[in-house]
Amino acid sequence: MDRFEYCTFELAPDESIVIKHLTVRLYDGDNKTQYQRGELTLTSHRLFWQKEITLCLPLSYVQNIVEEEKSMFNLTAGKRLILFLSKAMPGKSLGPSASSSYDYIKLSFREGIQNEFLEALRSTVDAKIWTVQNKSAQQTKLREIKTRTGIVGIERNIVQKQQETSSNINNAFKDLNQLMSMAKEMVEISKNISNKIINRQGEITEDETLQFKSYLLSLGIDDPVTRTSCKSDDDYYKQLANELITALIEPLTSAGGTMLLTDAYCRINRARGLELLSPEDLLNSCLSLDKLPDSPVYLKTYTSGVKVLQLRSCEDESFVEKTYELVVQNTFVSVEQFAQLASVSLVIAKHRLLLAETAGKLCRDQSIEGKYISSATGDIFWTCTVGNIVSTCVYHDSS
Amino acid sequence: MSEVQWPWQYNFPPFFTLQPNEETRKKQLEAWRDLILEYVKKTKTGIVDVQEADTMPLFCNAAISRKLSPEGIQAVLEMLHQKGNAEPVDKTKVRWYIYWHTLSEWADIMYQHAQENGLVNSVCTLYELINTPDKEFTGLNEEIMIKILERLQKDEKAELILSDDRSGSGVKFF
Repeated sequence: MDRFEYCTFELAPDESIVIKHLTVRLYDGDNKTQYQRGELTLTSHRLFWQKEITLCLPLSYVQNIVEEEKSMFNLTAGKRLILFLSKAMPGKSLGPSASSSYDYIKLSFREGIQNEFLEALRSTVDAKIWTVQNKSAQQTKLREIKTRTGIVGIERNIVQKQQETSSNINNAFKDLNQLMSMAKEMVEISKNISNKIINRQGEITEDETLQFKSYLLSLGIDDPVTRTSCKSDDDYYKQLANELITALIEPLTSAGGTMLLTDAYCRINRARGLELLSPEDLLNSCLSLDKLPDSPVYLKTYTSGVKVLQLRSCEDESFVEKTYELVVQNTFVSVEQFAQLASVSLVIAKHRLLLAETAGKLCRDQSIEGKYISSATGDIFWTCTVGNIVSTCVYHDSS
Repeated sequence: MSEVQWPWQYNFPPFFTLQPNEETRKKQLEAWRDLILEYVKKTKTGIVDVQEADTMPLFCNAAISRKLSPEGIQAVLEMLHQKGNAEPVDKTKVRWYIYWHTLSEWADIMYQHAQENGLVNSVCTLYELINTPDKEFTGLNEEIMIKILERLQKDEKAELILSDDRSGSGVKFF
């Protein structure tokens, strides 16, 4: 009963009367109520019960309509309808009861149910006219907003564009093919972002801006080489090798001349963006680096089996010298320390220290804990006096 | 017995790690040889036991918490062996005689000593020899003394008279 509201019998502009029925009593669940012998009016939106007062029930509450089952013990069978209702909406106007433990009401017809009424009720509930009209009401509201001008209008435009941008981005990541077709827009968006960053130099430090810009610049290959664009595998690898050189020469130089193949793999694929390379393709193209005339980069395999790309201008001797100088400045270093000092990865750091050791420039110190290996300069170290020790490299030996 | 003068390498941690680099290792082992011979001369040590060697201050520098590994000690001793400054007591190569002079050098020194002190053609006991005051072989290990004298015997410059009782052993120089 708590879904009912007190009201006057007034129809809304788009509401129409469907059918009426006399002498009907309302039940709250299974319990009789005081509302008996009233007139029931079905409209397109509501169900009215009238006598001295008027009650109404919006049809949107009605979930299901069932005729009460006939049975031997139920003499009133065939005279009652059960209406199952959804939960009462918050904010509804005042009704005959504030709450009810039942999810259904019964309509009792003194003269029995007329089939016409039952069918009309069912078809009206099924038609759900109220939902259609609610929607159209919302749409007309939106249309009104769109036509508005002035500051609010401009603001709304901006909001709308932002929503479009974000939905574009979402769409782009949903489907790579879509991204391809949207590539142009995406490039423009990224340009906008970088422009914004430049404009905000006051908030972000200049260093960071520069760094971010250099990242943006270091990424991205305009026209990646693909297998389909090449005549043969050999040709493909050679072209890839050329691409590798142009894409990696700068990061290689800034990394001190050596880059792990795994790092190179990440970088090149990051730069290519979409036409990703397989590790095997990368390895093959690295192998064909040697076939190129005057390639400034070559593939080097350490004794440990680790593969690196190395600048041809950086020969082992120059590394030995650099390593030696670094170690001398610090008296002794561990691999970890050296990796930090030279800003290289651990693997490369260890390789360089071993290289310098093999060259007799450094010696190692392995303590009882097995933790340290240390080094000093070959000739000078073994013949000099304590004051002149130009030692030592302490590093972790994993073997 | 005077204090051992530790060379600077003794306080240099990498000295106690056998160097993988061949050139470096060669220099390292030479430094070890100088140090060991200096040490045994000063302390009159005749025998080094590899298993106990890491308790010797020679191979263990507590100040920098470094000690030479057994492999390192073995390598050093092998190198000394090649130069004639060491010799394993038996085939297990656990105990080593260390000679700061090679055996032939020692033989010359002993014979010279005998000639200078009129011991030729007379018999003297090992005890007498070892306890000769202010000589380089004063306090020398008895087993090493016997080795030296055996070498002289081979050159027919002396005859060893060994008795079951070690202190009763003697030698006659020719």
